Amino acid sequence: MSQTLAREQGAMPPPMSDVAIEMRGVNKWFGDYHALRDIDLTVKRGERIVICGPSGSGKSTLIRTINGLEPHEQGRIVVDGIELTSELKKIDEVRRDVGMVFQHFNLFPHLTILENCTLAPVHVRGVPQKQAEETAMHFLRRVRIPEQANKYPGQLSGGQQQRVAIARALTMNPRIMLFDEPTSALDPEMVKEVLDVMVSLAQEGMTMLVVTHVMGFARQVADRVIFMDAGQIVEMADPGTFFTDPKHERTRLFLSQILE
Amino acid sequence: MARHFVRSEVLAARPAPRRPFDPIGWLSTNLFSSPLNIAATVLSVALIAKLLPPALDWAIFDAVWVGSSREACVGPGVGACWAFVWAKIGQFIHGHYPVGERWRVDLFFVLFAAGLIPMAIPRVPFKRLNAVYLILALPLVSLLLLYGGVFGLRVVPTSQWGGLLVTIIVAAVGIATSIPLGILLALGRRSKMPVIRMLSIAFIEFWRGIPLITVLFMSSVMLPLFLPPGVDFDKLLRALIGIALYASAYMAEAVRGGLQSLPRGQYEAAGSLGLGYWPTMRKVILPQALRVSIPGIVNTAIALLKDTSLVIVIGLFDLLGIIQSNFADSNWASPATPATGYIFAALVYWVMAFAVSRYSLFLERRLDVGRRH
Repeated sequence: MSQTLAREQGAMPPPMSDVAIEMRGVNKWFGDYHALRDIDLTVKRGERIVICGPSGSGKSTLIRTINGLEPHEQGRIVVDGIELTSELKKIDEVRRDVGMVFQHFNLFPHLTILENCTLAPVHVRGVPQKQAEETAMHFLRRVRIPEQANKYPGQLSGGQQQRVAIARALTMNPRIMLFDEPTSALDPEMVKEVLDVMVSLAQEGMTMLVVTHVMGFARQVADRVIFMDAGQIVEMADPGTFFTDPKHERTRLFLSQILE
Repeated sequence: MARHFVRSEVLAARPAPRRPFDPIGWLSTNLFSSPLNIAATVLSVALIAKLLPPALDWAIFDAVWVGSSREACVGPGVGACWAFVWAKIGQFIHGHYPVGERWRVDLFFVLFAAGLIPMAIPRVPFKRLNAVYLILALPLVSLLLLYGGVFGLRVVPTSQWGGLLVTIIVAAVGIATSIPLGILLALGRRSKMPVIRMLSIAFIEFWRGIPLITVLFMSSVMLPLFLPPGVDFDKLLRALIGIALYASAYMAEAVRGGLQSLPRGQYEAAGSLGLGYWPTMRKVILPQALRVSIPGIVNTAIALLKDTSLVIVIGLFDLLGIIQSNFADSNWASPATPATGYIFAALVYWVMAFAVSRYSLFLERRLDVGRRH
């Protein structure tokens, strides 16, 4: 096991205000399949973490436990000081603080772009409609598609839809953003426009956990890169070390496969 | 070595070539393209040629259009006896409602249409107000108007209601109550709470497992046995409740199909935004699921509309019932009378069902807005 990982696990948890996410001994099973195994991870506020690994390694499952989309069966997860239990109220509280962007965008196809972005502020936070629309337009400008506000998701390209999905998550003012393979379903030409938005988000200090295979993104913005296999964290390091000097056999094999 | 090609000018889009209409070419590609197609064409034409003229003769050319009694409709080569329908049309519409009070029924039809037609046309504004009128005001006003006992209106017991009035009331109340009930049952069937899920499944499977005619018999014969003596409630009301519950089970299954067709990502996206169960259902899931469910819901609604004719078995005279009861009128008894009456009943049901069906197609196309492109 790498030294970085050992250090991480041995370290005292930093003071509360500094920690965005804390996972301790998290385990999860799908039926008999052991999907997450003894996950220990502390994410500091403002940290950008990229998670990679082969499909089925548990990387998506890991970030989906953080907002309770997948309940964990053992261990503790504390997000923004709120411990995730099976209590629905706690899960809703956490979800208000954590934004998520999905591989397949998951925009609401029956609502316009603007309505997609105002639905949650109005119905979760009770923001007045007009103010919610102003906020939504602000974030649509940020992802550079304000002119599409009155179209339906089906009329937009994949890259545009994913940028709307990011704007939609941002309208809830999340303190943490989770990205689950945000560019995997996109045409190659559209990857960059989505990554650009993510990079600018990172530069503003958003706490981000990103599952991706785009290693350029990891190199550019990640504070730490995590490699997962078979439901475990196999290696965790800063990107410089991770890409130039991976310690674990499995990591090296993975990197040699994807960095041709 | 491959030649290096570089486009020097961008090609503008050109209109598709227009082919002149060619009737012989159309026939040969569409009606006579293969031996099977030729056989199908010839057979269809032969069938139409054989069946259509006698049908037209009976319904139009040999039909009796005017007359005041059976005399007009008796005799060799006489077709449909439309004079019978014309003479009885008032009863077909109003049933045994007192003749002097029929205006109340007509007014009900006007009030009903005044609520339904603007509701059905998307361009007409004030939909919320319109819905309040249809769901709250109309039933109350109609009940007072039709039953009476207030404002000097004489009481007309439901046993005297009949004809198209009863058909419309049973169908409208059945459809209007079974859709919301069906939605709740469908949601209940997919609930994470085991008690609610089991109750929903039990309810749906119970009502789907028994024939409507049994439901009606039970509501009219068995229900009184379970009620304390002296408590009796209206036969029409009992039939209404039975039909609404019966139809709600089918509505629930139609809606469930729509719910299941939605990808999990929609629930997850709503959940990740912090939307709770009811906002998620109301704003994200149901608008999409109901759109998908329209064909199933309309199918159930049309079936219900036609099934209202079964209330005849518990002694209610709906449209079909009142027509049938008039066959016994000695003034109009003729060999052509029953056939004419049944055809007329069929025609009225068909017109209503077809209108509902076409409207649902329109609705589907209109609601498709999110999925286009």
